[in-house]
Amino acid sequence: MSRPKKRYLVWAALGLLTGALAVAAAGCGGGSSSSKSASNTTTTVGPASIGKGEGALNLIEWPYYSDPSFANKFTQQTGCKIHRKDAGSSNEMVALMRAGGGGGGGQWDLVSASGDASLRLIRGGDVKPVNIKLIPSWNDFIPIFKSPAHNTVNGVHYGVSLQWGPNVLLYNKTKIKPGPTSWSALYDPKYKGQITIPNNPIQIADAAFYLMHSQPDLGIKDPYELNKKQFDATVALLKKQRKLVKLYWNYDTDGRAAFANGDVSLGAIWPADTAALQQKGVPVKEVIPDVGATGWADTWMLAKKAPHPNCAYLWMKYVTTPKPEAQQALVFRETPVNPKACPIMDKMEPGSCAKFHLNKPLPYYNTIKFWKTPIPACGNGKNDCMDYNAWQTAWTQITG
Amino acid sequence: MAELVEAGAPLRSARLRLSAALWRRPWLKLSLLLAAPVLAFAVVYLGALASLFVSAFWQIDAFTAAVVHNWTLDNFKTLWNDHTYWRITGRTIGIASAVTVTDAVLAFPLAYFMARLATPRLRALLFIAVLLPLWSSYLVRIYAWRTILAKDGALNWFLNGIGLPDAGLAYTNTAMWIVFSYVWLPFMVLPVYAALERIPDSYLEASQDLGGRGWRTLRSVILPLALPGIVAGSIFTFSLTLGDFITPALVGGAGSSFIGNVVHDKVGQPDVPFAAAFATVPVVVMGIYLVIARRLGAFDAV
Repeated sequence: MSRPKKRYLVWAALGLLTGALAVAAAGCGGGSSSSKSASNTTTTVGPASIGKGEGALNLIEWPYYSDPSFANKFTQQTGCKIHRKDAGSSNEMVALMRAGGGGGGGQWDLVSASGDASLRLIRGGDVKPVNIKLIPSWNDFIPIFKSPAHNTVNGVHYGVSLQWGPNVLLYNKTKIKPGPTSWSALYDPKYKGQITIPNNPIQIADAAFYLMHSQPDLGIKDPYELNKKQFDATVALLKKQRKLVKLYWNYDTDGRAAFANGDVSLGAIWPADTAALQQKGVPVKEVIPDVGATGWADTWMLAKKAPHPNCAYLWMKYVTTPKPEAQQALVFRETPVNPKACPIMDKMEPGSCAKFHLNKPLPYYNTIKFWKTPIPACGNGKNDCMDYNAWQTAWTQITG
Repeated sequence: MAELVEAGAPLRSARLRLSAALWRRPWLKLSLLLAAPVLAFAVVYLGALASLFVSAFWQIDAFTAAVVHNWTLDNFKTLWNDHTYWRITGRTIGIASAVTVTDAVLAFPLAYFMARLATPRLRALLFIAVLLPLWSSYLVRIYAWRTILAKDGALNWFLNGIGLPDAGLAYTNTAMWIVFSYVWLPFMVLPVYAALERIPDSYLEASQDLGGRGWRTLRSVILPLALPGIVAGSIFTFSLTLGDFITPALVGGAGSSFIGNVVHDKVGQPDVPFAAAFATVPVVVMGIYLVIARRLGAFDAV
């Protein structure tokens, strides 16, 4: 009596599982084929003018990036109510944009992508071209941020540059004496067990940037464009560095905590963290070595399936004007792309324009190598550079 | 009054007919009762698992990073051939095992005391003490441990106070082991308690009557009877550790990645097919573990 019943149950379970498999396969298949066909049909570059706001704006952003200190005024002016989704890392941003069939899933309008995420979003068809003529402040931008490689492909803009900052060398003044002046400190066995490094594949570029100057015979021109030989040399250096590293921080707040608790005394981190630590009374000092640094630059990118495109354009137009640029720079300790923000910054916090390098001449910007997603094509006509997939795999091998 | 009865009558008779129909066909009653949960189970649980397995056999396009639906074993080949993933899998299983053994060793005496020796009042207090950490967020407890283990933290402050050097536990695999053992301990205490509480006093008396001393009784009577509870608890501690990625990210240091961390990174890259392929590893490990647990009688008591 019990035996046939049991067998019946097994068959029922198998049937359910097969059904579920079929549904899953069909569901996934349908979703991606539709996004593929969509990516072939984008030839027109954005709208001719900005229409009336839709009343809402959904942002994927670095935590609190649309700070209420300047965002509230935007909402008052345009009636676009902002809904924020915080993302603590570039990978999280890409994952959020890819969810729900990609292109922001019809839920998100803009994403504040850094350079290591932006090309992935462009190539994946998750963002769409922006009509830059609708953003008047763009004409005032520091020239290198008008059409940088990380957000402009073949002359087509996929968003508007926003702010940038260098990746700095931070150290504890009471524990590291004398203070380091070169990136070589991060590879120095002397500091074993005291170092923290960002847990991000784009960090490979920092090692490549160091090798660019310390081993010129490798011939590295751009730390994001590495052929196999250059890449292998960089990965070998990073594998040596791993033995010295105490913590690969996932969120900058984790790196900050490690400095505050005395677990690390030297590392690569961002200026906002220096400011936060100094405010807490931790005796840290940041350095940008003479050779320069890698840096990040953020772009507000327009989601392909943005449900509120007018509010998105109104936002891009608003946040790039001098006042919000200055306000955002001082809240997040970063540098505007619009130099007209300089006098406003100085009025809000005397000396801040110079402090954040906004008054620097153009050659200064050549010493900052801005994050961009590595791709096989690297300017020499050959497709022999290592792509982001290789970077991610190597990073897992280094840190895992 | 009479009108009301008249109006209610057809409704009542319909209800009677329905309940009679259900009474006459027990299978119908059962199917109606189970339809919703079974459907939810099939769609939500099996559906998610199925989509995971299906996408593990796909690939991403090298240029657009979009998922390409070519059936391939490449992801599994990469997992097999790259020793990085063996190392990470080994670390994950190793720490999950260490945490399970630690929790079993810590939980058994506590559960024994609670089940057999404590007064009802003390037992209630101990229950609250065991469950209290679960009232606060898992993240809060991990952050608390990070503060304790930090170089300038409470542990080193205490050690230095009694003249010992720093423990140097912050951001190490040992730190992960301690934190995991702490956060999953309640999941071991409760099943072991339930198993110990069920042992009839007469068994222990019989053992003593036959000349069994305390140690012999523990080894030959109590432990075998408690084993299903320990194994049941170990399923919780082992599987919870196996699938975790937050503790390694927050208290682990260089070389502390778990399977979950790689899966998380790969989803963000995004290379969902590879993430799915790696995510099948814990599923397989858990499958093997459950087979062993079944052999040890973990499900007999249920």
